[in-house]
Amino acid sequence: MGSDINVTLGNWSEWFMLLAAMTYMVVFVAFVWDMASHSKTLGMQEAARARRRNASAQDASADGARELVGAGAAHAGASGGAGSSVAASSGTASAGGTTTDTGVSGEFRTSADRSTRGAGEFEALNYSHSARRPAARVAVMLMVIAFALHAFAVVSRGVAADRVPWANMYEFCSTGALVVAGVYLVTLVFKDLRFVGPMVSGLVLIMLCLATIAFPTPVSPLQPALQSYWLIIHVSIAVAASGIFTITFAMAVLQLLQSRREKRLALGEESRMGFLRAVPSSVTLENFAFRLNSVGFVFWTFTLAAGAIWADQAWGRFWGWDTKEVWTFVVWTVYAAYMHARVTRGWNGNRSAWLAIAGYMCVVFNFTVVNTLFPGLHSYSGL
Amino acid sequence: MTKARTARERASRRSDVEVPALGPLGLLRWAWRQLTKMSTALVLLLLLAIAAVPGSLFPQRVQDPDEVASYIQANPTMGPWLDRLQLFDVYSSYWFSAIYLLLFISLVGCVIPRALQHFRAWRSKPPRTPQRISRLPQYRKVMLGGRDGAAGPTPDEAIERAAAALKKRGYRVQPQDLGSAAPSVAAERGMLKEVGNIIFHVALLAVLISVAVGSLFGYKGQKVVVEGESFVNTLVDYDSFTPGTNFDADWLNPFSVQLNSFEATFSRDTSDPEHYGQPTDFNADVTLTDKPGATPQDVHLAVNKPLNVNGTKVYLVGNGYAPVVRVKDGAGHVAYEGPVVTVPSDSVYTSSMTLKVPDAGPDQLGFVGLLLPTAVSKDGEIPKSVDPGLNNPALILSSFTGDLGLDSGQPQNVYVLDTQHLKELNSMTSSNGPVLLDGQHRKVELPEHKGSVEFLDVKRYVGLDVHSDPGRIPAFISFLAAFAGLIMSLFIARRRAWVRATEAEDANGVRCTVLEYGLLARGEDHRLGVEAEKLTALWTSLWEDRGVRDYHLKSSDEA
Ligand code: HEM
Repeated sequence: MGSDINVTLGNWSEWFMLLAAMTYMVVFVAFVWDMASHSKTLGMQEAARARRRNASAQDASADGARELVGAGAAHAGASGGAGSSVAASSGTASAGGTTTDTGVSGEFRTSADRSTRGAGEFEALNYSHSARRPAARVAVMLMVIAFALHAFAVVSRGVAADRVPWANMYEFCSTGALVVAGVYLVTLVFKDLRFVGPMVSGLVLIMLCLATIAFPTPVSPLQPALQSYWLIIHVSIAVAASGIFTITFAMAVLQLLQSRREKRLALGEESRMGFLRAVPSSVTLENFAFRLNSVGFVFWTFTLAAGAIWADQAWGRFWGWDTKEVWTFVVWTVYAAYMHARVTRGWNGNRSAWLAIAGYMCVVFNFTVVNTLFPGLHSYSGL
Repeated sequence: MTKARTARERASRRSDVEVPALGPLGLLRWAWRQLTKMSTALVLLLLLAIAAVPGSLFPQRVQDPDEVASYIQANPTMGPWLDRLQLFDVYSSYWFSAIYLLLFISLVGCVIPRALQHFRAWRSKPPRTPQRISRLPQYRKVMLGGRDGAAGPTPDEAIERAAAALKKRGYRVQPQDLGSAAPSVAAERGMLKEVGNIIFHVALLAVLISVAVGSLFGYKGQKVVVEGESFVNTLVDYDSFTPGTNFDADWLNPFSVQLNSFEATFSRDTSDPEHYGQPTDFNADVTLTDKPGATPQDVHLAVNKPLNVNGTKVYLVGNGYAPVVRVKDGAGHVAYEGPVVTVPSDSVYTSSMTLKVPDAGPDQLGFVGLLLPTAVSKDGEIPKSVDPGLNNPALILSSFTGDLGLDSGQPQNVYVLDTQHLKELNSMTSSNGPVLLDGQHRKVELPEHKGSVEFLDVKRYVGLDVHSDPGRIPAFISFLAAFAGLIMSLFIARRRAWVRATEAEDANGVRCTVLEYGLLARGEDHRLGVEAEKLTALWTSLWEDRGVRDYHLKSSDEA
């Protein structure tokens, strides 16, 4: 790695970073707008349904029960697909098992209908085509544009500095924000996670503001201690893990709010947090966040070990309880506790969400305070 | 997600209610059961995380003993108390050790029964088909046969083909009740998930043991080597040496390293003034002799590229300048000639130098001062270094004479000259000024005919760290095992499936076979429904020509 610095390109990079930040700001506003309008629509639909129900003098409690069952549907696997009208009769949802005549459907299956849609794979998170959400569409589209601007800013900075763009706080923040946005956009392809949009775009915005306002650093070459391919491996996986943890953090916060709302509704009380209508049930959130966190945890485990290997090469010991190492270890242990919480009676649900939040707080602490305020071998913050 | 509980957890639930049995043995058993509970492990993990934090707030002896000493000095009331609570040795403290030892005991107590149980499960056959498959979290029912009047397969035939197909999907299968009216097959897959979990936990234990082995039998040492000099890996040749608790000096492998040259490269990019002069590369050319009598090899040593001599690693951790000086005493004899290692104190390598000359006679001589690699002097000011490169090297020294106190037998820091009992000859503040040596002024006579100092040359030196850690490789291998186990345990799904076939007639009076099947996951498994759909597709592809229909539940199936 030489030290051929391209100052012009570096300046372009900074301009694009600002442009991206402004676009994210608009994205954030659009997402918030969408949450407001979408949850209002859902609220109106809910009210209309309730009116109809009252009018037809049906016993509402059965419907209520079904709704509750529906909340657990993510893993109970109630079928909802159009083609496969298999009667759902799982342990919890057996109430929904309709009694019909002996196989009269007469519809033979063919190997062509391999559709596994609606088979319980977090179906609550699948896109539904009935709801029109123009503000969300605008938000996602703008976010793609912001991501492209942002990606250009990060890549051009790397090219300008002739090395990977993650060697000081400015770059950790801006590249980290790019990864968060990227992970989010990729999951959006598969699942309707637009309800975390306000939080994710908000966090990305905060990271970019931190980078440009709190840690501005001009393009610079690498110190000898950082010149290693381990910088590429170790830091990129760490940033990827942090990106995942950012999204699951947002989901954990929503999970806590949602479970409070669910409890209130179950007691027949009103909930003031109407926007949560646009958010899936707390159980769905918990389960999906757990899948993402498992990947994040594997990445973090790798980060920890890769850091140890790098430390072994650079400083001659693989573990020396340097401040950064301590906090990386703390993060790892908290998430290990989270993994256990999921299978420990009394520790799942809200408590596991709190653990995920605590873990993320440690990640943030590790990236900000430890990098800037604590002395240590990792003081490469460029400040 | 709490539905599928392990047998262990069920057992521990019982212990929640049980009153601990009386007697020491009963109490012990009770304590053991509490310790090996999952929630205990979880709390211990959180405690470990919390306990690790103070180590980042207070200076630690493992990092920097000097900083701890100065911290205690600066906080005379709190310091000793913090020290008593072992807050400067967090990671070797009793409380930290207690937490992780309990955690690992808990781990052993947790994993061994689980491993035994899993071993038995592996050897035994998939469990019998339950009476009511319909109770399983995923349940489907299809009818085979009836397309264009084609009859379905016989129940036995259906089960045999289903078993074969399941086996191909990675299930281990156990057909049951063949020949009866309701034959079935029990199937199970993902046995490796639990294997992964066990490997992961055992490997974590192995990591801990490897680290312990390293700290018992390893060593580390430091040595400064000047260009042209060499270092032999023996106890006497080290500047400082820290053996592991059980280390034996006979185990040292006497290889030798000679420093031929050292090169530091600094940023010379004038368009970037902020980083101008920052080091960009350090590189040492050394000659390595693996063991006495071996052929010497020329190798490079750089910051991230240590030498590996049969498992002992040599790291480049520091560098600096070593001015070569010649000191003559009052009698005109050469009392010292050679390089003096200086300690760089800033980014332009302003380096402090200390030289003790005990061989000078009749009075011993001592010097302290600075080496400036690129000295620039403004009028009336002391010269300063403006660049780390060696462009205009200069020495500014104070000189002393008297008894250096080296004969008292007390070990002295070579980088500190105690001037209390010495007589000052030259200094910044004295009337004759300091000794100033540079390219033009090569030699200076000391006052009072005490002798002379001559500035001959500047060499470079490197600081080497030598480490041997026999736990390194085992720790690495254990980590790889743990990582593989983690991935297996997180991303393999463990599922059981049961399929039962019974004979039936469809509405047209054609003999058909009803295939009921259900799935159960170990732990939570959000893809269980997908798997059920896949099985439906599997049956469809097997019996498509005879006709496969969804079969809706009869009221008799409920209850
Ligand atoms: C050194 C401390 C420990 C760490 C870092 C740790 C970490 C983990 C992690 C990350 C998982 C989730 C991934 C997997 O399923 O393998 C896990 C699972 C598990 N751990 Fe630990 N663990 C530790 C100690 C323990 C102890 C002491 C116990 C027993 C009391 C235990 C019992 C379990 C069990 C039973 C599971 C599997 C849960 C399941 O069935 O899915 N672990 N552990």
